[in-house]
Amino acid sequence: MQIHDLSQPAGWLPLVFLGLLALAMLVYVILDGYDLGIGILLRRAGDEEKDMMIASIGPFWDANETWLVLGVGILLTAFPIAHGIILTSLYLPVTLMLIGLILRGVAFDFRVKARAHHKPWWNRAFYTGSLLASLSQGLMLGRYITGFAPGVASWLFAVFVALALAAGYSLLGSCWLILKTSGTLQLRAVRWARGSLWLTALGVAAVSVVTPMVSSRIFDKWFTLDNLVWLFPIPLLTAGLFLWIERLLRAFPDRQAAGDTRHDWLPFVISAGIFLLAFIGLAYSLFPFLVVDRVDIWQAASAPKSLMFLLVGVVIVLPAILFYTVYAYRVFWGKAHPLSYY
Amino acid sequence: MFSTVDPVLLARVQFGLNISFHILFPAINVGLAWVLVYFKRKLAKTGDEAWMDAYRLWVKVFALSFAVGVVSGITMSFQFGTNWPGFMDRAGNVAGPLLGYEVLTAFFLEATFLGIMLFGSNRVSPRVHTLATVLVAVGTSLSTFWILALNSWMQTPTGHEIIDGKIHVVSWWQVIFNPSFPFRLTHMLLASGLTIAFLLAGLSAYRWLRGDRGGDVRAALRTGVFLGAMLIPAQIVVGDLHGLNTLEHQPAKIAAMEGIWKTGTSLPAVLFGWPNEVESRNDWELVAPIPGLASFYLTHDFKGEIQGLEAFPNAHPPVLPVFLAFRIMVGVAMLMLLVSWVGAWQLRRRGEPRPWLARTLVGMTFSGWVAVLAGWYVTEIGRQPFLVYGILRTSEAASKVPAPLIGTSLTLYILLYLFLITSYIAVLFYLARQAARKDGEAFKAEAETPQPVIPNR
Repeated sequence: MQIHDLSQPAGWLPLVFLGLLALAMLVYVILDGYDLGIGILLRRAGDEEKDMMIASIGPFWDANETWLVLGVGILLTAFPIAHGIILTSLYLPVTLMLIGLILRGVAFDFRVKARAHHKPWWNRAFYTGSLLASLSQGLMLGRYITGFAPGVASWLFAVFVALALAAGYSLLGSCWLILKTSGTLQLRAVRWARGSLWLTALGVAAVSVVTPMVSSRIFDKWFTLDNLVWLFPIPLLTAGLFLWIERLLRAFPDRQAAGDTRHDWLPFVISAGIFLLAFIGLAYSLFPFLVVDRVDIWQAASAPKSLMFLLVGVVIVLPAILFYTVYAYRVFWGKAHPLSYY
Repeated sequence: MFSTVDPVLLARVQFGLNISFHILFPAINVGLAWVLVYFKRKLAKTGDEAWMDAYRLWVKVFALSFAVGVVSGITMSFQFGTNWPGFMDRAGNVAGPLLGYEVLTAFFLEATFLGIMLFGSNRVSPRVHTLATVLVAVGTSLSTFWILALNSWMQTPTGHEIIDGKIHVVSWWQVIFNPSFPFRLTHMLLASGLTIAFLLAGLSAYRWLRGDRGGDVRAALRTGVFLGAMLIPAQIVVGDLHGLNTLEHQPAKIAAMEGIWKTGTSLPAVLFGWPNEVESRNDWELVAPIPGLASFYLTHDFKGEIQGLEAFPNAHPPVLPVFLAFRIMVGVAMLMLLVSWVGAWQLRRRGEPRPWLARTLVGMTFSGWVAVLAGWYVTEIGRQPFLVYGILRTSEAASKVPAPLIGTSLTLYILLYLFLITSYIAVLFYLARQAARKDGEAFKAEAETPQPVIPNR
């Protein structure tokens, strides 16, 4: 690997933008993950529950999806070459994901505005779109990890990652419901969370096993003795979080019956923690490449002058975005209420 | 099935379809956001609940349009890469940061405060709710600013240099405030205002004709008709200035718009015809009887010289679509002028529209869409064969994705968009009918008794 002079803008700017890209994708996966997950779970809920589930994400989903636009925007802006390779290689799943996102996005509004007897159809569109988008994103992740390798085995892996990511989003979604609802819906959410837990865990395990097998470079990064010592906490912590959330969810019905709501927020934070650790592990494996072992961030980066111009905006605007995002979440703090426009 | 089709053409059709579908919703919402701010202000000042009723219906239209706009916009952000990798490779240094600023300053702002605007009125103070509404409106307008800066730069590129085939920025100020930007931005903002003006007037006239004549229907109808009557003369003036700017920077586009094949002086205006590229002339040409009219309105001199298409061999756009789209746009504008002024006159004189006018307004509910699309086709097809005018040809920027794959996804998009646009229009009229039913006392008399000022929530 070429050594880059990090005191020069051409050296450090790609790193900064990689950090921003990672931040945008991580925030996207967690935030849109929970609302896509609620879409996937919608089919299992009763009619009134459906309304409450949608109400719990109503004020947020638009902004959640914007993180995807930011992520793709940074990829496009800062690393145009990687953007071209990745999106051209993933043409079909990207198309399917977009169609899924379109379906669920419009269904969200149509279901309460169209004629009442069309509502079940829009609910179905919301479910189908959410599932399609989640599966496509998982397929993209699976294909991406293997460096778009041809062959049945790598495609089977991608399909498995697709299922696992849908399960992971269901986990986030049901934990969001535990946080935002109460009563029977909350209990159902606990069951849904427990149901999606094992497939999520299998998915994380599969990605952890397969990624080092893709490239000897990644293998060496993990499995040399020096590195292993300080990397070991990542899988260990992940396993710990899985066990913790499992125990927490098992004890949840008793706790709810006792009127204890103090820990309603905990499952969501733990499941977000699982996503965070998996993300860190993956990011460590791939760094500094944007396309596995082919294109690194310095090869793919735009002209420093353009990145600098954008960085000025990022430095000023991103804190404001984070600030008002937190503000918006605070406005709708606490248990969800039925949605009303006025 | 698509293997024999040119993939560049398919990529263009697909991108064109997506961007055409997408623009319909921002075209409504950029204007509607400010109309909602206006409704809230009127409510706060007059205390007349009619403004609140109007807000209630139109905020739903806004929410629906916003959702469709967001999801089709996400599609756009991916298609820059999937359909035009060559564009991002060569012009990414310009396009990337401008799109980035749009996401950072506009998308997050509007999407986040939309949640508070739609669902937060009982959770925040009226002042904060109004602020959220204003911020959403600011967001939609900022988004227009950035995307039109990029589009205008692609039409009239300045402030850059080319090193090893790649475009590098020399001056961001010149890139953003390129020569056609002020005209295009104003033209688009006015177009959005006109789109929402006729949508307001059309849906309100529809309710009026159904016998639903409450205060909110009158308020929205008046707002729409007067807004249209005010904006359309401004739009005609700005459109003319924009045309002069195009003549200076993109003469080939003007030649195609006007159907002028041969360079000459004292050229007459072609009112209608059918451009024939094979023989380089217009079939069934109908020329305005005033000699030198085209020279006059393009150069403001009856003897002015205009370059014909012959002056741009292999570098002028396909003539027929540009020529026709331009006539559609101008035709709709003239109709808008006529209808909004007659409408304003009737509303002033009689306080209500005559049935034939109301029916015409219903017919023109989506006339803004027709004009916006026609206008965009003029300017975008008119830029061909270039993607960045004079610098990068469209064919050089296209993706290497095989035609069958593009064709399949194109078919999916067409089906989806046809379904969505039908549902959208049906739901808009359904919401308009529902608004009457919920009111209960929708047939309120015109004379309202003065009411105390109610905080706007």
